[in-house]
Amino acid sequence: MDFEFPNQVKIVQRTARDFARQVVAPLVPAMEETGKFPGKLLRQMAEVGLLGLVTPKRYGGSELGYLARTVAIAEISKVSAAVGMTLQVHHMGATAILEWGSHAQKDEHLPKLCRGDFFGTCAVTEPTGGSDLLGMATTARPERGGWVLNGSKCFITNAHLAGAQVVIAKTGEGSRGLSAFLVKKGTKGFSPGRNEHKVGLRGADTGELFFKNCRVGPESLLGDEGEGMKAALKTISETGRPGMAAVALGILEAAYDEAVKFSKGRTLYGKPIANLQAIQWHVADIMVDLETARLLCWRASWLKDRGRLDCATHMTMAKVYATEAAVRASQKALEIHGGCGTMMEYPVQRLWRDAMVCVSAGGTTEIGKIILSRAALN
Amino acid sequence: MLPIAGRGWRCIVCVKPVPDPSLFSKLRLDPETMLLRRDEVPSVINPLDRNAIEAALDIKRRLGGRVAVMTMAPPNAQEQLLEALALGCDRAFLLTDKAFAGADTLATARTLAAGIRKAGRFDLVLCGAWSADGSTAQVGPQLAELLNVPDLVCVTSMDLRSGRILAQCRRENGTVLLDSPRPAVVTLEAGANAPKLPAMGGIGKALKSKVTMWNSRDLGLKPSQVGLAGSPTRMLNVFAASGARKGEILQGTTNEVTAQLLERLRHDGLVTTGKGVSR
Repeated sequence: MDFEFPNQVKIVQRTARDFARQVVAPLVPAMEETGKFPGKLLRQMAEVGLLGLVTPKRYGGSELGYLARTVAIAEISKVSAAVGMTLQVHHMGATAILEWGSHAQKDEHLPKLCRGDFFGTCAVTEPTGGSDLLGMATTARPERGGWVLNGSKCFITNAHLAGAQVVIAKTGEGSRGLSAFLVKKGTKGFSPGRNEHKVGLRGADTGELFFKNCRVGPESLLGDEGEGMKAALKTISETGRPGMAAVALGILEAAYDEAVKFSKGRTLYGKPIANLQAIQWHVADIMVDLETARLLCWRASWLKDRGRLDCATHMTMAKVYATEAAVRASQKALEIHGGCGTMMEYPVQRLWRDAMVCVSAGGTTEIGKIILSRAALN
Repeated sequence: MLPIAGRGWRCIVCVKPVPDPSLFSKLRLDPETMLLRRDEVPSVINPLDRNAIEAALDIKRRLGGRVAVMTMAPPNAQEQLLEALALGCDRAFLLTDKAFAGADTLATARTLAAGIRKAGRFDLVLCGAWSADGSTAQVGPQLAELLNVPDLVCVTSMDLRSGRILAQCRRENGTVLLDSPRPAVVTLEAGANAPKLPAMGGIGKALKSKVTMWNSRDLGLKPSQVGLAGSPTRMLNVFAASGARKGEILQGTTNEVTAQLLERLRHDGLVTTGKGVSR
C-alpha cells in the first residue's frame, strides 16, 4: 500500500500552502472583523489555478482531480476555513454544470468559473430546511417555452459572489419532480437577499436568494426536467461533502499546530504545560483525530478519482468524522490554551467557531449517519 | 527591457532539493549514521533557486529564449523538476547515479558542469546563491571555474539590455556593479525578485514533459571524479548544535561585580585590552 502522494498532488499541496500563507493569511483579520469576502482574492485564486482544479483542461481547468482538490482545500482552510469553504462551494457549482450541463452551458460558464470572472454555487437549502429536498417550496413553472421561478433559498454560500447560480426548484411531484436551473446574476426577478452574519467561517459569503416571477429561457434548464434531485444529491455527496471534510481537515491541522505550539510555549509550575499529563492526553486525542480524518478524506477522494461508485459513502464518512473531529479537536486546543483560548488574539477561538459551522453544512451529522447506516444495512 | 536581436537567452538553472526550511525544526539526525533523516521532512526546491528560476523565466518573458532546469540528485527529485516545469521551464535534466552519492561541493559542481556542457550551448547558468541546508555558497563559483566563464555572485538585480550582463552584486560592505559578457554563471539572492507560485494548469502541462536523465557514463565522468570518491573534502562529524544556556549570578558590590564581569569577558576572549580596545 502506497501512502505517498503522486508528484502533482505534492506540488498542488505545496502551492496551496504557500498561497494560503502568502496571500490569504494577511486577509484573515479583516474577514473576521467585517464578515466580508475580499473581492481581489477571486482573481488571485484563479491565477494560481485553485478555481479549476476539477474542471477539464478544455474549459480552462487543470483537471488534477479530487485528491488534489482535497489537499488544496485543506491547506487553504488551515489558514482560513472561510476561504476554503468559498472554494469548495465554487467547485460544487462548477461540477454541477460539468456533470449536468449542455455543451453550450459548459462552454459559456466553465471557462468563466476557471478564470475567476465570478464564483459558482449550488443553491438547494430553503427556509424549511436543506435535508428535506421533497419539501422544497421554490417552484419553476413552464411558460412560453421557458420557465418562471418563484420562491427563496437560504444559507447559500457565495450567494452574492456567484455569477451563475445552480438552483434546484420544484417542477412536479415526487423524486422526479425537481429540476436544476442555471440562473445568471442580473436576471429580472432574481435577487440575492441578506448577507448572513455568522458565528464562524466569517468572510465566507452566505446569503439568501429570492425568485419573484423570475423568467428564464429553456436553455437555463440544467440536465433534463426531473433530474434536479439526482443533480443535487450527486453534487452534494460527491463534491460538497468531501469539500466540507477538507475544510474540517484544515481546521484540524491548524488546531493540532496551535495546541502543540501553546503546550510547548506556555510555562506553568516552572515547566512547559506540555509536561503535564492532562495536556499530553489532549494533544494525543487531537493527533489521533487529525490522522484519522486525514486518511478518511484522502481515501474518499482517491476513490472518486478512480471512478468508484461507492466513493459517496466514503465521502459521507469523511465528512461526518472530520467535521465532528474538528469540533472536538478545536475545543481541546482551546482548553489547552486556558484563559488565552477565549481571547480573540489567539486563532484557536476562530478554529472552534469555524468547526461548529462545518457540522451542519453539506448535510448534518445525523443525516450523514442515516446515509452510512443505509449503506451498511441495505 | 528591450529585446535583443537573435535567439534570446539560453538559460540553465541549477536547483537543489532541500528539506522544507519551514520544517527545519522537525529535522532529526539519525543517532547511528549521524545523517539527516530527510525522509521525515518533505523536500522542496531550495528557496534561492526559486529566485534563480524566476530570474530565468523573466529573461525568457522579456527577451526571449529558453529555460532548462538541472539538478544532481536521487531519482525522486523528479518532483522538484516537475515543479520547475510547472513554473514555466522548458526542459528538465536529472543527473542521477548511485555513484554521485556523498559528493562535496566540488564533485557536485563537476557533475553539473558536465551536464551543462552536454545539454548544449548556453548564455547564462543561474543558481541560488547558496542552499538552505548546506549554505556553502560554493557550487556557483566552482561551476563558473569549471565551465571557464565569468561568475557573478550574490546578484540582487540584472540588466541584460546590451546583450551583456550588468549585475548589482551584494558584498559585505556594500554593492558592486559588474559588467560581464555571456556566457556566465550568476548566483541570485532572495531580494533579486519575488518568485511566483506555479499555476495548477502548469502542473498538468508539466506532467506531459519528459525529464532527461543522465548518469555518470552519459556525462563521460569517471567514478573517481564524482560522488564521495571525487570529493576532496570529508565530513568528519555531524552533531546537533546545543542551544542550552547557562545563567550565572555574580555577587558583590557594583564595582566588584563589574570587575568580575570584565575579567570573565577577557578570559573568554570577548573583550581585549590595549590597542583596539573594545568598550
